[in-house]
Amino acid sequence: MLACGQKAFAAGAIETLMDIFIQQLVNGITLGAVYAVVALGYTMVYGIIQLINFAHGELVMIGAMVAFTLIGVLTPLGVPALPAVLVATLCAMTACALLGYAMERLAYRPLRRAPRLAPLISAIGVSIILQHLALLVWSRNPLAFPQIVKTESFALAGATITNIQIGIIVISVAMMLGLAWLVYRTRLGIAMRATSQNAQMAALLGVDANQVIALTFIIGAALAAVAGVMVGSYYGIAHYTMGSALGLKAFCAAVLGGIGNIPGAMLGGVLLGLVEALGAGYIGDFTDNVFGSNYQDVFAFMVLILVLVFRPSGLLGERVGDRA
Amino acid sequence: MKRSVVLHHANLCTLAAVGVLTLAGCGEDPKPAPPPPPPSIEIKIGHVAPLTGGIAHLGKDNENGARMALEEANAANIKIDGKDARFVMLAEDDQADPKVGTTVAQKLIDAKVAGVVGHLNSGTTIPASSVYNGANIPMISGSATNPQLTEQGFKGVFRVMGRDDQQGPAIASYLAANSKPKLVAIIDDATAYGEGLANEVEKYFKGANIRVLPREKGDDKRSDWKAVLTKIKGRNPDAVFYGGMDATGGPLLKQARELNIKAVFSFGDGGCSDKMIELAGTAAEGMLCSQAGLPPAAASKKFLDAYKARFKVDPILYSPFTYDAMQALIAAMKGANSADPAKYLPVMQKLEFNGATGHIAFDEKGDRKDAEMSIFQVKEGKLEPIAIIKNGQTVSFADFMAQANPAPAAAPAAADATQAAQPAKAAPAPDAAKK
Repeated sequence: MLACGQKAFAAGAIETLMDIFIQQLVNGITLGAVYAVVALGYTMVYGIIQLINFAHGELVMIGAMVAFTLIGVLTPLGVPALPAVLVATLCAMTACALLGYAMERLAYRPLRRAPRLAPLISAIGVSIILQHLALLVWSRNPLAFPQIVKTESFALAGATITNIQIGIIVISVAMMLGLAWLVYRTRLGIAMRATSQNAQMAALLGVDANQVIALTFIIGAALAAVAGVMVGSYYGIAHYTMGSALGLKAFCAAVLGGIGNIPGAMLGGVLLGLVEALGAGYIGDFTDNVFGSNYQDVFAFMVLILVLVFRPSGLLGERVGDRA
Repeated sequence: MKRSVVLHHANLCTLAAVGVLTLAGCGEDPKPAPPPPPPSIEIKIGHVAPLTGGIAHLGKDNENGARMALEEANAANIKIDGKDARFVMLAEDDQADPKVGTTVAQKLIDAKVAGVVGHLNSGTTIPASSVYNGANIPMISGSATNPQLTEQGFKGVFRVMGRDDQQGPAIASYLAANSKPKLVAIIDDATAYGEGLANEVEKYFKGANIRVLPREKGDDKRSDWKAVLTKIKGRNPDAVFYGGMDATGGPLLKQARELNIKAVFSFGDGGCSDKMIELAGTAAEGMLCSQAGLPPAAASKKFLDAYKARFKVDPILYSPFTYDAMQALIAAMKGANSADPAKYLPVMQKLEFNGATGHIAFDEKGDRKDAEMSIFQVKEGKLEPIAIIKNGQTVSFADFMAQANPAPAAAPAAADATQAAQPAKAAPAPDAAKK
């Protein structure tokens, strides 16, 4: 990859090739970390009730919007930057957790025994409703997400990384580790895994399946809220449509890693982020500018298709023919 | 039943219009009224702009500009066809809504206006223009910039404002002259507007022998530009142009500065807004952008003083243009000695005079010849006009303002000349002084 790029760069490169490559890696990992956190929400829900919750992306958007409003309220009251962001994030998590619970209770639980398509359509409906509610509450204008934590750039092996990017990577990794601990090391985790393997059997053994499923939605929604705050502060913008594109990418990341598999979602997210960044950065050089950065998404989805052709259940997915 | 209701409604409209006329007649200067011997004729001119909704303040500003020109014409005791002409303005509200725009256009036609100044938005002006065209009523907009308006082949459609597609060369020429870039990167959002604008900019740079990097593209919902920008950083361009809106341009500029890209960033009018500064934050400092037309402060001093005296506020945005639009209509009627569109339209096409926004003449499509483009720069978090580009010539905003000052002396003379129906001779001199 590097050698091929070098030829194209040789003409008039000021920045060294390596610096640019490292910068693209930093870009890709940051983007991938966000995808991974959102992908976790898709994969957890799918793992437990085989539902693709298409409204999950909207939870990211609602999280960003709620935090936007709260920071806007808290900052004029003289609350310092960091506590304001923390309080706003906690409130966004609470709001999204409630919304996630309501979603499950009202739109999915009544359809749990219905054919597979019904809850899927219901999820699309919830997504549209949330988007339009956000349009009514927060208007159709792009909102400037308050930059109260000042962005600072640091040099890293020739590339620059901002404190926000470091924050995103650290928080994402912490959340992924926390979730892994929850699922593999706690009683709730055992109950979740049991429900995901066989809900009826788990219920017979005394697991309250309804409660476990509701908790799965709540945890996924809280993660989405954090992702929303991260995306908002990273790009400095919040918009009522911001959830749909992000949600779709994260869903693909989940499928790439093997939907239903938690480490798979993390791997898929980071991989998709890297493929996108490197695709946008180098696809023009590979193809002599026949394809430009507008093929960035095409490139990412081509990788997805290739992986699925050779590994239909995703990179880390178990072979569950009856489910997927 | 339904039919009678419609008729009744039409009658009400006429009554209302008559009422407005009577009121207007009473409220204003009674000077033309006393001498009864020469029979007077009443000429109705429509004005349309949004007077309710989010940009109602701009609509009122437009209306004020047109009203001022109309009142000045009435005070000047113009005679048309040997009769005292009394100009009356029918002001309508299109709510910035294309559907309402065509409805009020029909209403004005039914009220037998001789011409229309308006509308404000391109989106309402374009559909309304075909309604006016069907009734052979000339219209002249002071603020619609979408190229499509004058590309429909309608004879009676004019504008005193520049076109969006004149912006690309304007911002590119400013960049080329002032930043002297050797290598330029161009990004667009893959929309008709963004890509079109970016193409115009690229064409200019290539013509000026400035190297342009292969085009980078995003889309109109993109918020992550880091990968594209990192690639651009590797090529180290001196300037970057983005063809797109503020919603995507704001994050783009913010991320570029985070990546330590030192190049000058420039945008079209889509990125020339307060929202842009809000979204990009401190990264917006120093960015350049272009808009069609002139900032109101650059209008002639005579206009600015008269406006302030008449309405007790400063002009907001397009009122100098609607003022000139109304002047153009009246000057054409005076020149043709008739308020009949069929007779004054040919005069309008050849009209030349100096208005509040400079020299005014129309090309065969009805676009303004040598329309000005303004270049803005963000300074201390505010969009400040820094240069005016007209006829391929760049003048710094300070110089433009300094040259506009002698204009009050020249402008009335030119206006008088127009009213004497011999504008062509008087006009070029002050215009030459401007360059």
